[in-house]
Amino acid sequence: MPLVWQEARITAAVPETPRVRRLTLAVGWSKPFRAGQHVDVRLTAPDGYQAQRSYSIASSPTNRETIDLLIERLDDGEVSGFFADVAEPGDAIELRGPIGGAFVWDPAQGGPLLLVGGGSGVVPLLAMLRHRAEAAPGVPALLLYSARTLDEVIAREELLRRDAEEPDFRLRLVLTRSPGGRRIDAATIGETLAALGTPAHTFVCGANPFVSAASDLLVEAGVPARTIRTERFGG
Amino acid sequence: MVTRGFTGRRPARPDAERLPPGQYLTEDFPVLQLGPTPRIDLARWRFTLREGSKPLKSWTWDEFEALPRTRWRGDIHCVTKWSKFDTAWEGVTIDDLLAAAGIEAPTAYLLAEGYDDYTTNVPVADLTGAKAMVATRYAGEPIPPDHGGPARLLVPHLYFWKSAKWVKGLRFTQKDEAGFWELRGYHMVGDPWREQRFTGD
Repeated sequence: MPLVWQEARITAAVPETPRVRRLTLAVGWSKPFRAGQHVDVRLTAPDGYQAQRSYSIASSPTNRETIDLLIERLDDGEVSGFFADVAEPGDAIELRGPIGGAFVWDPAQGGPLLLVGGGSGVVPLLAMLRHRAEAAPGVPALLLYSARTLDEVIAREELLRRDAEEPDFRLRLVLTRSPGGRRIDAATIGETLAALGTPAHTFVCGANPFVSAASDLLVEAGVPARTIRTERFGG
Repeated sequence: MVTRGFTGRRPARPDAERLPPGQYLTEDFPVLQLGPTPRIDLARWRFTLREGSKPLKSWTWDEFEALPRTRWRGDIHCVTKWSKFDTAWEGVTIDDLLAAAGIEAPTAYLLAEGYDDYTTNVPVADLTGAKAMVATRYAGEPIPPDHGGPARLLVPHLYFWKSAKWVKGLRFTQKDEAGFWELRGYHMVGDPWREQRFTGD
């Protein structure tokens, strides 16, 4: 099936954290996407110059009408700066998708499901968690989420609520720049695996050094490499 | 469709002309791969040419390192939109591999296979004629594991998912068979200058 560019209107744009803005886009897809997939967006200047970027979908695949993107403003980001400062509800952009068939989790795959996110790398993992809560709440899942500070934790209230309310979901936050801050290390991974059991599926997403470190630690802790999927950004 | 309020940041002229459509220039070397970086023991490393399941020729690491070497310097383009200019690689061209094996390509198509079970299809015509190599050095050093070392395919005129990391061999096929990403909607050819990112592009 060819992937065609479509016009999508922004229906909402709200701050998610001090650095991340949540944009809701009306896509009206005829088929559901898969949790973990992304879209390509394309912006066009008046002289025809275009820029494209890829963004993961944060919302659950059960909603085909709109998708949420959580876009972190990068220093001198050509496209993220547009989404941070310029885009407003009512504006239209071009996008195409859903894209990607490797970093995806379907409820039928079951669990235990281990999700490891660094910073805005949590975005595709949120789609998986949201889908799991709706379609397969009995699948044991754990989100190990490394953020700089509590303020920068994306979907913080939702994640804390899920941790409190969903018996088979656990949230483990690691804050790197808070008092007593730490990074994900062998001890964190060991504790995580002890709490969850050996995961059937592991998804790791974040900046390149984070994903390299976390996936190496998981392999060293005995998680079979073929059960680990990675997605990286930055560059 | 003009995007309201988007002006963009155009690269300077010489850079702009080297960038295929939809790409942006990066100074970094981003890493994209399906899973963890595999650990590969050079003592057990092999590079094998196969026709279907039949092995045609296999090299150990030391044998491979003794093959004629070629250097290539130029630009690479990833389907995730980044391009990197003036990358320097060294390795064994596919022409030299076939010559060392004493064979001609038995079919017109093949799948490159990685130690991580990754596959990607490339027509033989896109590999021979000094268009591709199995690279073992990047910027004068052994290729770091995150970038596909000890050896990766280098097909710089196609999107970089065709340049399979941790390559363990080439398997000739009767017809053009889709590899890992091609089965998931990515283009069978992947020419960045024709912006062949996905099926139908």
